[in-house]
Amino acid sequence: MTLSTDNGKGLMLMIRLENVEKHFAGQPVVHPLSLTIDEGEFLTLLGPSGCGKTTILRMIAGFEQPTTGIIRLDGEDVTQLPPNKRNLNLVFQHYALFPHMTVEQNIQFGLKMKKVPAKEQRERIDEAIRLTQLTALAKRYPHQLSGGQQQRVAIARAIANKPKVLLLDEPLGALDLQLRKNLQAELKQLQRSLGITFVYVTHDQEEAMMMSDRIVIMNTGKVEQIGSPRDVYERPETLFAATFIGENNIFHEERLFTVRPEKVRVTPELADTRKTGIIQDIVYLGNVHKLVIHLENEPTSVTSVLDFTDQRDWSIGQKVGVHWNLQDEVTVGR
Amino acid sequence: MNKRSFGVLAPVVLWLSFFMVIPMLAVIFVSFMQRDNLGNIVWTFSLDNYARFFEPLYLGIYWDTIWLSVLTTVFCLLLSYPLAYYMTTLGPKAQKFWLIGITVPFWINFLIRTYAWIILLRTQGVVNSLLMDIGLISEPLQMLYTQGAVLLGMVYTFIPYMVLPIYVSLEQMDKRLLEASSDLGASRWRSFWHITLPQTKSGMMTGSVLVFVTTTGMFVVADILGGAKSQMISNIIQNQFLGARDWPFGSALSVIFVISSLVIIGLFNRALRSSYDSSKEAKA
Ligand SMILES: Nc1ncnc2c1ncn2[C@@H]1O[C@H](COP(=O)(O)OP(=O)(O)OP(=O)(O)O)[C@@H](O)[C@H]1O
Ligand SMILES: [Mg+2]
Repeated sequence: MTLSTDNGKGLMLMIRLENVEKHFAGQPVVHPLSLTIDEGEFLTLLGPSGCGKTTILRMIAGFEQPTTGIIRLDGEDVTQLPPNKRNLNLVFQHYALFPHMTVEQNIQFGLKMKKVPAKEQRERIDEAIRLTQLTALAKRYPHQLSGGQQQRVAIARAIANKPKVLLLDEPLGALDLQLRKNLQAELKQLQRSLGITFVYVTHDQEEAMMMSDRIVIMNTGKVEQIGSPRDVYERPETLFAATFIGENNIFHEERLFTVRPEKVRVTPELADTRKTGIIQDIVYLGNVHKLVIHLENEPTSVTSVLDFTDQRDWSIGQKVGVHWNLQDEVTVGR
Repeated sequence: MNKRSFGVLAPVVLWLSFFMVIPMLAVIFVSFMQRDNLGNIVWTFSLDNYARFFEPLYLGIYWDTIWLSVLTTVFCLLLSYPLAYYMTTLGPKAQKFWLIGITVPFWINFLIRTYAWIILLRTQGVVNSLLMDIGLISEPLQMLYTQGAVLLGMVYTFIPYMVLPIYVSLEQMDKRLLEASSDLGASRWRSFWHITLPQTKSGMMTGSVLVFVTTTGMFVVADILGGAKSQMISNIIQNQFLGARDWPFGSALSVIFVISSLVIIGLFNRALRSSYDSSKEAKA
């Protein structure tokens, strides 16, 4: 293995985890993990609570030592470096803003620690404040800010350092849905304009889908799949990946395969279809509606999502035919 | 105030009136009276007692008292912070051990503890014999009945009042802030200086007010360890009431004393609020 930072696609490698493993009190929390992250990439660690996302982020930031394995940042082995010697910043889940400092002083802190000249400090603070739209709040203390504003300060404080990598641990987790949606778009925009590598942690699959270049799906300390949002949605490799992202219909036949609900067609005619069943439930969701069909002679239900073009009348208890194309079957491992 | 909360507060109000407000009013009243040669109070208004305070003798003692209290506070602070900090780095069991260790002296009679210092400090005392045995000195040092002995006794007596609030504020501090500062490039020392110290300022302030105010009022230590030479303002006050039988003058000194204590507490509070109110409110 070479130490080259070129990944062969012309992009530069920013982070490389080589067989990184973490045990707490003898219990494996992160199983051996190898992963490369490109410069400027938006990579998301996605998985249920307790699967080890924060632990991975903390190992990259330097707050935890891997039990085994090597972490490289921009080609350099940083496994043994303390957090203050690593050229990256972590946005904490609970922001961890300094309560005794104003917004401006919070942002300035990292620059002061790195002994950035005063004039440049001023410029970088102003830029970070502008990018995060905090201009009117610069002189306030953290307790005088709303949750969303505090979250912006945490990001401003990190980006002012111009880190090579920004690690974000569920930065939107504490916010309400509307604010979350707005900030998701803003964050993505910010990442594009700065060109900084983002490693983002969330357990919200929708958030991961809309923001990421690549998603790492994790479960109980193991990687289930790594791929683009499209890959992991259309070609899930494991049962966990297939069900964790979006809704899915699972079929245990001679092999295990899945069919997305929007690929399932429902017809009033019963002849010449794959399966037949009885409509169990109809859910209207505005732009789409969903039929839950209990299959005949099988203990499973199938969900079908129909869009607004479907004008047919369905009724609960109606017997229907269920159909899908062979190429929409996705074989998954267990 | 509604009826119910008055009902709850009534005993407190009564208690305070009986044991604080009424005696205080009596003292203020007496401080404007005079006394005859036998020590009886003469009920005529006069400001003489307050004028007398400005005699060099009393002013000097007043400033000595303030100075000693400042020194005691500073020494307590310098010794307590590292101790409290060390305690927070220990495991829960060791912390409990230290907390008990620090409060144990409270269980032993204060006079006995202070007299114990005499045994240590006197000319034939433990410390002097030890120093002579190892040959560091040939003549015993005069340690007892000096300002130094009083300071030592004061610091010894009041150190728990400083350690405990600092310990509490260190314990309550959000440790994630230290991770954040480390993440932003601060070394451990700079994290301590820029984050831990300011975040524990309220503990230091509480401890300082406690130590300062109780030191100014503590005459027993000066009596026992300082002898006749190191008088504190409280010694004078005590003497006016019990020895010299000059209640009006003693009262005037008390009033001046209480007022200056209140002013100092006010200044402490103000300093605390102006620079670090944000850290306090954020926690609340
Ligand atoms: N310091 C520690 N000591 C012991 N076990 C730990 C420690 N930190 C984390 N763990 C365990 O490691 C596992 C993974 O924790 P981690 O915080 O990485 O999960 P997560 O994926 O971030 O979950 P969440 O979405 O809830 O934040 C959990 O089972 C947790 O109990
Ligand atoms: Mg987490």
